[in-house]
Amino acid sequence: MTRFIDLTLNGIANGAIYAAVALSLVLIWRATRILNFAQAGMLMITTFIAWSAIDHGASYWVGFALALLSGLVLGAVVERVVIRPVEGAPPLNAVIVTLGLLVLLQAVAGMIWGGNPHSFPPAFSIKGYRIADHTVLFSPADLFGVLIVAGMLVALTLLFRRTSLGLRMRAAAFEPEVARLLGVRVGDMFTIGWALASMAGSLAGVLVAPNVFVAPNTFDSVLVFGFTAAVLGGLESPPGAVVGGVVVGLALSYVSGYAGASVVTLGALAILVAVLMVRPTGLFAPAAARRV
Amino acid sequence: MLEVEDLEIAYGPVRALRGVSFAVPKATITAVLGANGAGKTSLLRTLSGLVRARSGRIWLDGRDIRRAPIEQIVRRGMAHVPEGRRVIAELSVEENLRLGGLLRGRGGRGGLDEMYALFPPLAERRAQPAHTLSGGERQMLAIGRALMARPRVLLLDEPSLGLAPRVAAQIMGLLPRLRDESGLTVLLVEQNAKGALSVADHGIVLNLGRVVASGTPHALSADDALRHAYLGF
Repeated sequence: MTRFIDLTLNGIANGAIYAAVALSLVLIWRATRILNFAQAGMLMITTFIAWSAIDHGASYWVGFALALLSGLVLGAVVERVVIRPVEGAPPLNAVIVTLGLLVLLQAVAGMIWGGNPHSFPPAFSIKGYRIADHTVLFSPADLFGVLIVAGMLVALTLLFRRTSLGLRMRAAAFEPEVARLLGVRVGDMFTIGWALASMAGSLAGVLVAPNVFVAPNTFDSVLVFGFTAAVLGGLESPPGAVVGGVVVGLALSYVSGYAGASVVTLGALAILVAVLMVRPTGLFAPAAARRV
Repeated sequence: MLEVEDLEIAYGPVRALRGVSFAVPKATITAVLGANGAGKTSLLRTLSGLVRARSGRIWLDGRDIRRAPIEQIVRRGMAHVPEGRRVIAELSVEENLRLGGLLRGRGGRGGLDEMYALFPPLAERRAQPAHTLSGGERQMLAIGRALMARPRVLLLDEPSLGLAPRVAAQIMGLLPRLRDESGLTVLLVEQNAKGALSVADHGIVLNLGRVVASGTPHALSADDALRHAYLGF
């Protein structure tokens, strides 16, 4: 029983990270109908930036802030420079462009920081809480991860639901042409969407970095799990992404705990296939039929 | 108010408008009539900036807006209600309306209350997502959303398409009221020529991208050949 509780807590902690990655994919998919495969590379770069700062003696929180800030900037730059030319083009163009960007970012990171993995400090202690003589598989660092991802979801929801910027962003995502006719600068909304999405990815990067170390390729699996979470959540809805993230985190934690860590990736694949077979629109797909 | 001079547009080799010229005086309703493919929708899309003209001029209040970006055209007072209503299905009725008012900083109660008074069915459904609305309500929402921007020129594309005759008549009947009460200038594209001419002050008939007739509703209706050839009644 304690093992089940441990695996559950561990699943929630990992799920928060997958949720942040899923959020970054969902925000971009919603805004521009592009699956951003480069996300793994983008969050790797911003995590490296944080690592460099910390390595040069800056405090953890300076590195943390730098990661989020550089995520915002990187997202906006990528949208303006790389994605803008393929918006409205056949979807395959964007897929190729984001894959190409992933390869480019990983190569650049290798040139700057080398291929060796670097350790990355956690925000707080990674020693599990002690509850009744048992050290649970859930640490202050995990708690921080869960709380900050939840906080980000709340902030994004408030932005989308309560502000006029959020209203403009939703309009631009759902009906770009109509939004333009109402005076919305649709291009700017896409840039802001990419910037926010990239920031969510950067958050996932610094949260997961203590577990996977920082190297050009260590974040690839996080993208796979985050993508599974996003599909599970329906690709459209930020709360869906977070629920999907937690479900994937839990499922993979049980798979890892009861069946062995070596089949975890297979578990993610199984979830993906099951979702696509049973409910291809995901758990949180909007019920609204799109207008014809 | 709105003046179009020798407007030419083309989609690749296909010329959609050829030398179209006309003028729409302030606070009048002009009906643009013609069969499918005559260029009516293309004309509206060019006026609002969605489609770029190959040549010609579009004067709004004495300024040429042919090359202006859409946001600027909208800010100058042009509102376009596109074909098919195009309410944003995922947003609530009120969010759709507020979106229309954002560019005037009019998300506030004043503008909304005005629209709810103009379209009472929308008031009852303000919190519902727009995809739950009937066709007539969607058209009301699309027009209300455009009016939230306090436009001076309203471009309406096929507002009565697919609506029950009674609902279509209701929406057409609103146009003279808007013209008289707020001095709105309306360019109304319709296939329902009879309905459009019943509220219009002026009519122009397009065929294959050219203006083939122009005149008062009375004169256009009285021309039997024109009626049979282009207006279908």
